[in-house]
This record gives sequence, C-alpha cells and structure tokens, in this order.
Amino acid sequence: MNILALDTSLQAMSVAVLQDGTLLGETTLNRMKTHSQQLLPTIENLVKLAGLTPEELDGVAVAYGPGSYTGLRIGVTTAKTLAYTLQIALYGVSSLAVLAANVRADERLIVPLMDARRGNVFAGMYQWKNGKLDNVALDKHVSLEQLCAETAALTQPAIFVGANAQMRAQIKDALGSQVSFTDEVSGLPRASRVAELAAQTTPVDVDSFVPHYLRLTEAENNWLKTHPGHEHDDNYVEKV
Amino acid sequence: MSKDELILAFESSCDETSVAVIKNGDVILSNIIATQINSHKRFGGVVPEVASRHHVEEITMIIDDALKEAGVDYADLDAVAVTYGPGLVGSLLIGVTAAKTIAYAHHLPLIPVNHMAGHIYAAAFVTKLQYPLLALMVSGGHTELVMLTGPAEFTIIGETRDDAAGEAYDKVGRVIGITYPAGKEIDRLAHLGKDTFDFPRAMDKDDNLDFSFSGLKSAFINTVHHADQKHEKLSREDLAASFQAAVVDVLVDKTMTALKQHRVKQLIVAGGVAANSGLREALSARLAVEMPDVELIVPPLRLCGDNGAMVGAAAHILRGKQVFADATLNAQPNLNFARA
Ligand SMILES: [Zn+2]
Repeated sequence: MNILALDTSLQAMSVAVLQDGTLLGETTLNRMKTHSQQLLPTIENLVKLAGLTPEELDGVAVAYGPGSYTGLRIGVTTAKTLAYTLQIALYGVSSLAVLAANVRADERLIVPLMDARRGNVFAGMYQWKNGKLDNVALDKHVSLEQLCAETAALTQPAIFVGANAQMRAQIKDALGSQVSFTDEVSGLPRASRVAELAAQTTPVDVDSFVPHYLRLTEAENNWLKTHPGHEHDDNYVEKV
Repeated sequence: MSKDELILAFESSCDETSVAVIKNGDVILSNIIATQINSHKRFGGVVPEVASRHHVEEITMIIDDALKEAGVDYADLDAVAVTYGPGLVGSLLIGVTAAKTIAYAHHLPLIPVNHMAGHIYAAAFVTKLQYPLLALMVSGGHTELVMLTGPAEFTIIGETRDDAAGEAYDKVGRVIGITYPAGKEIDRLAHLGKDTFDFPRAMDKDDNLDFSFSGLKSAFINTVHHADQKHEKLSREDLAASFQAAVVDVLVDKTMTALKQHRVKQLIVAGGVAANSGLREALSARLAVEMPDVELIVPPLRLCGDNGAMVGAAAHILRGKQVFADATLNAQPNLNFARA
C-alpha cells in the first residue's frame, strides 16, 4: 500500500509518502510561498524520491480542515482529483487532529488550535486512549475566551498545540498551571500524521468530498438571516 | 494525416465550472458547463468565497462527464489546458489545481491559457481564422479591442478606462429592479422600448479607441432617482432601450474606427456581452454598409459565456507554439494582454 498524504491547512505545508505504514519520505515547508506554487512540485519530487510513479499510489490522504480556506481547497482539490483520476482510495482527516497527533505518549487533554482572527480560533479536544487519538470535543470555530472557559470546566491538565505567542499569553492568563504548550515544531502539521490517522478511517466518497471549513461564508450567513428555513438548500449549481 | 490532437480543457475563472474535450482545436467532443448563477443570485452578484466553494464541489464530476461524453480515455489525450487568469483568484485556483493534478497523474503536458484568449478563440469553432484580425472583447469584467497579428499574438489597442460594459449592465439593472445578471433582461426590454433619454456617448468622438461607461451609468442612475423623487414612473423599456443604445453606439463606433485604422479580414465579437442581440444587430448592419469585406464572427450563445471549449481552442494554438507550463503554475487574477 503506497499512500500519499498532504496537509495544506496552514501556512506550513507538508507532504509524505508511506509504504505499508512505513514513512518513505516527508517534506514540510514553512515559507511564505503559496501552496498553489509549491504543492504539486513537492508531490512530484517526493513521489520520485520515494522511488514511485503516480500510477503506483494506492491512496491519498488529506487534512480536510479547518484552516485557511484557500489552502484547504488546494489540498482537497489536489487529493480528490488525484483519487478520482487514478481511481484510488481517498481519506480525509481533521487538520486539528493532525496537530494533536504531534503530542505523543501523553495522557493530558490535547487542545489543538489555529488562529481564525478577531479573537477567534478553530479548535478541538483530543486525548490518547489505548494507543488511539480520541476526539473528546468536536472541532469548531470558537472565541479563544470561550475555549479557555470550556477547558477550565474540564479541570484536567491540558496541552495546547499550535498557539502563537499572543494566544499563549491569553491562555496562560485564563488557565494558569492547568495548561502547558508544545514547542514550535510540534505546532507544524506533519503529513506523516495525516497518513497515520487516515489508516484508522475508511475511504470517503470522492465526488462529494469538500473541505470542512467549519464556517459558512459571511454572505451566506447574512442571507440566511433574512431567509430562514433555507439552511439545507444545496441545489445551487446546475449543468447547462 | 497524423493522429487527431485531443485536449482536456479546464475553465473556472468566475462562477462556471467547465471542462471540455477538444479535437484539433475546432471540434467539440464535449463541453460540460456547471453554472452557479442560482447561488450568486441570492447575493446580487458573484461572491468569490462562495464561488470557490462551489468549484470544489463540482470539479471531479465535471471532469468525469467531459471524458465520458467525449468517449475518450487519458491515453488518448495530448495535453491538459487551463485558464490561469484573469479572474477570481480562488475560483481560478480550483481549475489550475485540478488541471495540474491530471497532467501530473497521466504524464501529460500542461498548457496555460489566458481567459480572454479563450473567449476570442471561441470563434475558431465558427470558421477558420485569418490573421491579422480584430476582436471586440465585451464581458462583465472586460471591454477591450484586441488585435491579433498572428496566432495567439495579442495586442490591446483600446480598453475601458472605468467600468466594463457588462458591469454597467448589472449596475443599472439593479436600479430598475432587475436581478443579477441583468444583461439578458435589459436586452429583452430594450427591444420593446425606444431610445428616448439620449444618454451620453462618452469618448465616442475621441480619436483613441478607449471606452468609458461610468458617465453613462451615472446619467442613468440620476435620471431614475430624479423621477423617483418626483414620483414619476419612467418606462423601463425606454430606459433599457436608451441605455443599450448608448452602450452599443459607443462599442460599434469605436470598433468601426479601429477597423479603419487596422486592415483586417475578420472581426470577432467575444465574451458574455457578445450574446447581446442589440450589439450583434448594430454591428452587422454597420459592417454591411461601411465594410462589407470584413467578416463578422460571433460565436454561438453557448460559447460566448465562460466554457472549457474556448480554452481548448486557444490551447490548440498555444500547443502549436510550444507554450507549456510546469507544476508551479499559479493563478494570475490580473493577467492581461500587452497594450499597444
Ligand atoms: Zn469570461
């Protein structure tokens, strides 16, 4: 089983190739370049360095979100197009779970989070149980303040992954000795973790696979306020 | 005769997801178009983030439909082509990403196509093109006169200094209660009314080939607001007819001036506004009288809007010129031809 794994949900981008669960190679880039420019060249290069051709891939695993909308779309579109065109399995995993999986052999509550601007974050809660990363609270879009309150209510030691300096200060203020933080490198997504988590899931339907944005667009939110009852309409696109 | 050339072509620059299979640059084997218009109607115009999300929902199904309808397999393909600009960056990125991925997976060359070149080369499905030729490019985002001195050799010789013609249609449409997109309805109303308001024809008598539609738009809006304040009801048909007459007059006059300055055998009208019947009628009438030797080429309606087929037609020309891109290809939202 040859698996290509990707994560483009944050500014850092990671690609990995695995064979029967063994990591053959991984590239993580944390530059200001766009994912559009560097994702496919990285895949091309890494698959070649792993001694494989695209035809030899058996599956693609991708972090489906949350994260930067454009980044997610590039990763998800690449993954679903590759799975579709090579007729191979597609796996999707939470990009917050991917960050959580950077914390190893630790029984504490793991809180991965990403900056969502204006005092908000995308965050989830995870915990290792019997060697598996358990999702304790669903990934969501929430104010950092609210996240701290919810963590405090759980009254157990927690480790935060992915917090920037400013967020750390606010979390430390709110939670004191209940919390600790990972180092910076552990806050970067690793595609090998995407593959590891994907191995515990079943393949998804390729055509209907989309990023988990965890937020409607502002335009849709405003429109729904004046058009209640249309929350689940989805017949907006038609072939002509 | 050598083997047929087959190109798989992608277009996703705005609110249509389209994939086509084109044979030898002028035969459409398939041209699947999924439009998001019903989604953006909710907001009165295209919302970029919503458009990008829809493209991801559609992309693999549209590719599959295009290949199945054409009855071709990857092994039959010679290249993958994609619009990489101009357009909405988030929308462009879905087509670019998908096209690059298909090209990589099947070891196919990738051809980067300028969206405007696509619109112009939609004419290749109508007749054989002869250079030099002139194109009047009119759409929601563009109003340009483009000279083609040879295959895929583009020079802008005139362009709008403010609004695009299609943009002006949408803006005045809103003022008289026509929902986005307004072009088709204004065109329909215009045929029922008369040009009674005598709106300004900006820059019409100037020597240069540039356009301006913001003055016309303001004059229209002021006229309607004035009447509203006096509780007068103006004829929507006459307003539409007057507006359309002003737009068409300027477009036709400038095009005729360009034709007098540049000797060409063919005039292509390209872009979404090429679907406008008022423009088609006025241009062919003027050409018949003043320049009967110039052949007017207006692609069929389905090929005037955004579609993958036009991208495949342009890509055929680019393949002949060995224009290829690699896996680093990025969307270029502000891509344009050079100005003369
Ligand atoms: Zn267009």
